[in-house]
Amino acid sequence: MSQIAFHLNGAPVRVSDEAPTRTLLDWLRESRGLTGTKEGCNEGDCGACTVMVTDESGSRALNACILFLPQLDGKAVRTVEGISGPQGEMHPVQHEMIRHHGSQCGFCTPGFVVSMATAHLNGATDHDDQLAGNLCRCTGYAPIIRAAQAAQNAPVPGWMTTDRDLVSPAQPAAQPSAPSAAGSGFRPRSSDELAAWYEANPDATLIAGATDVGLWVTKQLRDLTPVAFLNGVTDLQQIEETGESLRIGAGVTIAALRAALAPRFPSLGELLRRYSSEQVRNAATIGGNIANGSPIGDGPPALIALGATLHLRKGNTHRQMPLEDFFLDYRKQDRQPGEFVAFVTIPAQAPALRCYKLSKRFDQDISAVCGCFNLTLQDGRIESARIAFGGMAGTPKRARAVEAALLGKPMTPETAEEAAAQMARDFTPLSDMRASAAYRLTTAQNMLRRYVHDLNGDPVSVLEVRA
Amino acid sequence: MSMGKSLPHDAAPLHVTGQARYVDDIPLPGNALHLAFGLSTIAHGRVTALDLTAVRAAPGVVAVYGPEDFDEVPDCSPSAHDEPMISTGEVFYLGMPLFLVAAESHLAARKAARLAKVTYDARPALLTVDDALAANSRFEDGPVIWTKGDAARKIDAAPHQIEGRFEVGGQEHFYLEGQVAACLPLEGGDLLVHASTQHPSEIQHKVAHALHLPMSAVRVEVRRMGGGFGGKESQGNALAIACAVVASRTGRPAKMRYDRDDDMMITGKRHDLRILYRAGFDDQGRVTGVTFTHLFRCGWAQDLSLPVADRAMLHTDNCYHLPDIRIESHRLKTHTQSATAFRGFGGPQGMVGIERVMDHVAHALGRDPLEVRRANFYAAAAQTPASAAPAPQPPDHPPADDSVDLTSRGALATSADSTSAAQARPNLPAQGESPGTQSTPFFMPVEDFIGHELVARLVETSDYAARRKAIAQWNADSRILKRGIALTPVKFGISFTLTHLNQAGALVHVYQDGSIHLNHGGTEMGQGLFQKVAQVAASVFGVDPDRVKITATDTAKVPNTSATAASSGSDLNGMATQAACRTIRDRMAAFLAEKHQAKAESVRFADGMVHVAGESYDFARVVMWAYQARVSLSSTGFYATPKLQWDRKAGKGRPFLYFAYGAAVTEVVIDTLTGENRILRADLLHDTGSSLNTALDIGQVEGAYVQGAGWLTTEELVWDGKGRLTTHAPSTYKIPACSDRPDVMNVALWDKPNREDTVGRSKAVGEPPFMLGISALYALSDAVAACGPGYPALDAPATAERVLAAVRRVRGDV
Repeated sequence: MSQIAFHLNGAPVRVSDEAPTRTLLDWLRESRGLTGTKEGCNEGDCGACTVMVTDESGSRALNACILFLPQLDGKAVRTVEGISGPQGEMHPVQHEMIRHHGSQCGFCTPGFVVSMATAHLNGATDHDDQLAGNLCRCTGYAPIIRAAQAAQNAPVPGWMTTDRDLVSPAQPAAQPSAPSAAGSGFRPRSSDELAAWYEANPDATLIAGATDVGLWVTKQLRDLTPVAFLNGVTDLQQIEETGESLRIGAGVTIAALRAALAPRFPSLGELLRRYSSEQVRNAATIGGNIANGSPIGDGPPALIALGATLHLRKGNTHRQMPLEDFFLDYRKQDRQPGEFVAFVTIPAQAPALRCYKLSKRFDQDISAVCGCFNLTLQDGRIESARIAFGGMAGTPKRARAVEAALLGKPMTPETAEEAAAQMARDFTPLSDMRASAAYRLTTAQNMLRRYVHDLNGDPVSVLEVRA
Repeated sequence: MSMGKSLPHDAAPLHVTGQARYVDDIPLPGNALHLAFGLSTIAHGRVTALDLTAVRAAPGVVAVYGPEDFDEVPDCSPSAHDEPMISTGEVFYLGMPLFLVAAESHLAARKAARLAKVTYDARPALLTVDDALAANSRFEDGPVIWTKGDAARKIDAAPHQIEGRFEVGGQEHFYLEGQVAACLPLEGGDLLVHASTQHPSEIQHKVAHALHLPMSAVRVEVRRMGGGFGGKESQGNALAIACAVVASRTGRPAKMRYDRDDDMMITGKRHDLRILYRAGFDDQGRVTGVTFTHLFRCGWAQDLSLPVADRAMLHTDNCYHLPDIRIESHRLKTHTQSATAFRGFGGPQGMVGIERVMDHVAHALGRDPLEVRRANFYAAAAQTPASAAPAPQPPDHPPADDSVDLTSRGALATSADSTSAAQARPNLPAQGESPGTQSTPFFMPVEDFIGHELVARLVETSDYAARRKAIAQWNADSRILKRGIALTPVKFGISFTLTHLNQAGALVHVYQDGSIHLNHGGTEMGQGLFQKVAQVAASVFGVDPDRVKITATDTAKVPNTSATAASSGSDLNGMATQAACRTIRDRMAAFLAEKHQAKAESVRFADGMVHVAGESYDFARVVMWAYQARVSLSSTGFYATPKLQWDRKAGKGRPFLYFAYGAAVTEVVIDTLTGENRILRADLLHDTGSSLNTALDIGQVEGAYVQGAGWLTTEELVWDGKGRLTTHAPSTYKIPACSDRPDVMNVALWDKPNREDTVGRSKAVGEPPFMLGISALYALSDAVAACGPGYPALDAPATAERVLAAVRRVRGDV
């Protein structure tokens, strides 16, 4: 089998004879004896296993529990053991965590320290967002945030900047291996390579960020073979503006998508801010979010409201469809064996787009209801309406009856009331651990009412209220 | 004097560098086995066939143990011996272990554990309080009832009455480090167990019992836990026993850790309950009579449910003098995980009920709930010294059965509890109030009530009155978003209610170089106990705490320890350690005094020096002389909490040495379209007596508040109709995240000495501030009340869905 080569805490390592779905966490703890990185949940929700991964595009925090070894090929990994300096010097975030009493039981602490050190390296000071994927059960977070703030102006220690050089093109030793279908998984370097291989291996599992597939391995304990890792398919990782539309490659991470779209669509930017956590946004891709077909993914409702077109590819055959048509039924999509999501296109403008996410917890939670609204007005009347929901049906779905009730009407609370009554024709939601059916229906209707207030500029979010 | 210094957690440098070692980080010999349980997929019934063929054949599997592999399946219960390690045929909850797999790796064991073919004869499961009531499925013969005065008559005679029903959810501990244990076989059948447990003596006892070994053959070591919160008082027993069984049978080391989902499916959580209440009150809101019914859902096994439900009864008064009260407590047996200890141990459940009554009374009268709360406060503490202690007495009837688990809080039903001892004593409080001092519903005089002055200070520092006005104004102008504010107080009883557990031991060595080795029975789970106790030790010797080596809790060093629970850690172990250190110090002083022809009492230990007769010597030098003079430099220390006497069946006596107090003001905002809500600001003032370490105590207060608020807001446990816990991972069970903490959080300590003679006059801090989080629930209630005329009757946890339902209720929309 082909080897996987990467740097670990500054030193080159080569890994062979490992299953392609061996997680970095298990390998660190069981094979390398690096036990500083902890397993808290084994599903990417607690951040105790956070590591810093650096490639040409920069340094990011990722969850090691749902990160497979082949995904690291050519990259540099830094664990908590590598956050201190080579002589044991403390990193500023470590020093401040001690000084501000940021650890109690200490089990989540290594994950926090790595997230904080990564944010520190990247100059990020939105600490609540940077740390939304790190759970602490002891401190109540305040001392941790105080530590992050205290460290934010300290200079970046020299040892934290060396990983970039290790993954630069000048260092061929850690370059991605040639594409290979051997034991470490197929690792194509272009969409053409992927298309040819996947057509020939239609039963394969495609793995981009592994934020969902990771759980098939760690929780469902499935054996996934064959697998292809898409990290190297750089031509699918681009966002391009072409006239009046944006073309978003399937391999674009949620973090990259957020950075690109937030200035253009602030409400969508806020939705993406609340899309899971920093670690997950850094790994998860929009293509995975779509292809996976989850009824509660946050990407599709927003993209459907925007009027996105989905572009699929199988071998050399390309086809496209309105995104909403891709979702046929619960976990059933209009995708042929060997066909993959290549990119989506969306309009470059949508001034009235508003996205509302309702979940038990604001950050790092799955939506009970995600409602996305996008209207255009002509002469004071609603000319077009695209409204899509997640969490309301077996698929992400448009509210066609509500849309129809809005068309041609003035944008008033009365119009919203009449249209809201149509919601029950569009949706028969389910009750589950996130919300009851009745609550889902009521709040979906109320989101339409909120939308009217929102477009009027009334305060509608508790997140904007300050003490 | 190092006591009182704000030193960081002793292990903080190890935590932040990843060097702190937890059980799963301990290197084991290469032949170690890894264990996993196979779990039931139904809630109630019988296993009619357990086919483990595929499990045994799975890659990496070394051994598989079903019930037929044991003459007697080991018991894991801390109380009623009703928890077989694996099912003996009957299935009592969905997630109950059915068999045990030992494999070459953790992953191999987990994979194999899913391959069994199990055939069940399923029976109807009792899942809810109503199911259990209808079937009269309960622990104990009937409800426990305590009465004081004549509540029914007083309620009927009052000018106003309210009644209500209040559903209060449970809570998953979500310790970041899941349950884990490892066992190494030693020579001659002896065993060394590493466990993530709050109760090493319990593990030792249960392992010894399972393998028919004397306790002396089993050594349990605990350096630290990655969080406990009560979830590691009894819930780690099964893993340690499983490891010991496998280590004993195979001769190989064995380790077991639950994957997070397994952990949440298998282990117990905080008890949920339904509270029914009825109260009569006057125009000022003074409650003249009140009745409570607690309907606790205890799950399938008794575990610690009886003392938990007792402690709920012991906190139905909180800070309020309730002269006429009746409390009826049902401990219902259901086919769900066995609910267990969780920070507060029933106290929060009791307290949240009386706070609901105060909130409801205030709403009925249209008054500020704070006024009503204050109107019901206990009278201020008289400025009298603490009463003298009666001499401790042994239990009248020591148990003969060696299976009885004396060190467990669940041991009430089987051990010689203090009931008999209490009955033998003449000086139990009488039926009525003693003149001058008001008493609790269980007739304990409240001698130390500081609620009046503590709340007065918090009202001032939080600017409560002005903010309440400003919020009302803001709400008048805001259609969709509404704010709310509430102040709730806390009075929490400190001591184990099983009186004999209020004891602790310590072992201290001073080495010839002047370094000090400290060991005691308490365990470290993040609360900073080890550092606090080290500060106590350093203070006695007048040395820097750096000189004190903190060591892992070890049943071979200090025996017969109580769980590190009930907030008792520093009270008990601090005193025991102080005693041990004083013994050594006094020997050194006597030796040095004799040498200088001075009085031993005149020898002073301070600043790393020993001062005698005008001379000052380095501490280490004196140690060396003492060694050469053949003075013993090692000592045990022991402490037993004084003054306690408690008759739990009658609900009378003094179960607590003292009360810890606190109060919190929380401000929230809600969205009336979705019920979404957020805590904006919290002001906390908490009583730690003379704090042993202000920084660590503030850390406890802050963290407990957020955990308490989580219990009452986002943390929702959901079971489906088949008894499957559907919130069995952090993806679906939502503890507070970083941004859920209040934007503004002001924390202060009420730093006045404990009137009781505790270590350094400090107060216990582990559990009491958890209940500061109750203010979040009533702030939400206040915000909902701003939406319409009705009473919110907000259940817990107040998820967005429940808040929206309450908004519609007060508006009469439903």
